[in-house]
Amino acid sequence: MVRPLGFLVGLGFIAALLCAIFTTPLSNEPNAAHEFHKHPRHLALSSDGLFPRWDLQKLQRGMQVYKEVCSACHSLNHVAFRDIGELGYTEGQVKSFAKGFQVPSVNPDTGEPATRDGLPSDYFPAPYANEVAARAANNNALPPDLSLITKAREGGKDYVYSLLTGFQNPPANLPKELQPATGLHYNPYFANLNLAMAPPLSDGQVTYADGTKATVDQMASDVTAFLVWTAEPKLVKRVQVGWAAALFLVIFCVLAYLSYRNIWADKKH
Amino acid sequence: MSFPWAKQYEPQQPLMKWLDEKLPLPRLVYNAVGAGYPVPRNLNYFWNFGVLAGAALAIQIITGIVLAMHYAANAGVAFNSVEHIMRDVNAGWFIRYAHMNGASMFFIVVYLHIFRGLYYGSYKAPREMVWLLGVVIFLLMMATAFMGYVLPWGQMSFWGAQVITGFFSAIPVVGEPIRVWLLGGFAPDNAALNRFFSLHYLLPFVIAGVVILHIWALHIPGSNNPTGIEVKDEQDTVPFHPYYTAKDGFGLGIFLLMFVLLTFFSPNLLGHADNYIPANPLSTPAHIVPEWYFWPFYAILRAFTFNFLWIDAKLWGVIAMFASIALLFFLPWLDSSPVKSSTYRPLYKKFFWVLVFDVLLLGVCGKMPAEQPWVVLSQIGAAYYFAHFLIILPIVSRIERPAPMPNSITEAVLAKHADDMSAAATA
Repeated sequence: MVRPLGFLVGLGFIAALLCAIFTTPLSNEPNAAHEFHKHPRHLALSSDGLFPRWDLQKLQRGMQVYKEVCSACHSLNHVAFRDIGELGYTEGQVKSFAKGFQVPSVNPDTGEPATRDGLPSDYFPAPYANEVAARAANNNALPPDLSLITKAREGGKDYVYSLLTGFQNPPANLPKELQPATGLHYNPYFANLNLAMAPPLSDGQVTYADGTKATVDQMASDVTAFLVWTAEPKLVKRVQVGWAAALFLVIFCVLAYLSYRNIWADKKH
Repeated sequence: MSFPWAKQYEPQQPLMKWLDEKLPLPRLVYNAVGAGYPVPRNLNYFWNFGVLAGAALAIQIITGIVLAMHYAANAGVAFNSVEHIMRDVNAGWFIRYAHMNGASMFFIVVYLHIFRGLYYGSYKAPREMVWLLGVVIFLLMMATAFMGYVLPWGQMSFWGAQVITGFFSAIPVVGEPIRVWLLGGFAPDNAALNRFFSLHYLLPFVIAGVVILHIWALHIPGSNNPTGIEVKDEQDTVPFHPYYTAKDGFGLGIFLLMFVLLTFFSPNLLGHADNYIPANPLSTPAHIVPEWYFWPFYAILRAFTFNFLWIDAKLWGVIAMFASIALLFFLPWLDSSPVKSSTYRPLYKKFFWVLVFDVLLLGVCGKMPAEQPWVVLSQIGAAYYFAHFLIILPIVSRIERPAPMPNSITEAVLAKHADDMSAAATA
């Protein structure tokens, strides 16, 4: 019974699929944006590869770019001031850095909403009180939180770096419907080519304490390195532990293989 | 439930003797995975994957229990609680990545285990029940993995839940009420997240229970082997311990090494970037893609684009997707050939490899966006999938002339060694 019934069921599915094959057009709808959309450019960082390490100088510069440029519109919700101790700042520096921010609080005498100086245990404050405020200030676009941005986009850090350095004039052959509308900016690394964010960086926008020349490329690379750290502060430690675990297991495998051969030595199999 | 020559458990120490009289738990273990279980002597490395699947389940349960201590199943804070685990919990990043990649490792070994069964005919009499319970475990795993993927409450979590629960709305008339009832709302939200968490915690223990039945059912006929010939006498077998515990120990080492390389060096390789964006019901991702282990089934679902016989294409897709797994329940009776191993089935062996290619092709199609040529490839792939199991396999098992087979496992082993010896001598 199973085989004849199965035969009929199989024929039913195959007939439905054959009809589907012959009724589905074989060509895709043309998508002009596809042609102009560019693959992200590669950004090499010290945190890449099998032996990653944090370039603390670069991360500090990147944090400066975030603080002085990006933080005007973008939050960094998952990062606390205490975390930046990992970037090579001393405890005192972390405290005074935190103190430079005002965070929401409650007046201890009246219970009224108030603000106080930031503490290392506080998180980076968001630039807008809520989504409505963020959209109202940005031509109805919502600036995304940046904590996880290098993990939350296809292409990761390369994409973030390419987007920051990719603003340009639209090419001459760009179809009319793809031209940036008012308030939008052409960027071939963005999926639909037109981005609400204006080019955020310009040469010399920040003054680096270590004397590095603040070109757009330098700042984009620095802030991307910083955002790789914010997305995964445990990245370097993770790979280090990985090496130890892998080495342990290689030794384990060798011993396990030898004992397996030893136990089977007198058995043909 | 074993061969007459199986070693008997004979406790020597007074304490173990006392325990054996009151509660013979050591005896149970001895007979299940100790020296009391005689196993064919010729098993190859593909027989490691059962133990590895058990290890993967144990790892998922242990890491999952620890994660549940820190995770908050509430739509308002679930995403942040996962990031809290990644950043602030001691070794939380390790536990979370191990659990996330552990699911992938579990599916890899289970897929190899299933295809091992298909190649060597492990689903055939007298092991039909082992196979049926295995398919039940596979279904439970899929449900568990799906609900687990929803818990971080990222964009893919939310939209995956939306798509999968949407299957139920394809059922005529009662579909939509069923979907709303299952979700506890009109769209995935806190109620859905809470019940998914509850079930995601429950189902692994149900899986563990069915695994016990799976092993119990296996121990009645004993393990299959690469020749597919049943055990005839004592020289065909070796005791499970120490012979296969040693071999499984080596297999486990290799498995853990792969697991470590994935988890520590490329933990997000098999994930999707969109799941690091918090769930947003107002913003649909450009491509909603399930986890890799669902891609072949997702391709079958999307292959049906035509309202054939007045049945909605979506309903066809849902029925076909469930049928693609349900037909595995009938496999022992679809394949009527008494020969188990593909080694002696020249025709079936060819179709087996075509099936492997077909499932891999469906996997790629499931990953890609619903554009050509992937749509037509998934339609051809899905048609072949059903043709393989429901049409080709029953015919092949009738017309095939099996290759000559050895009389026993031992004869096969000795013949192989004689070949090796003469090859060595001529060389």
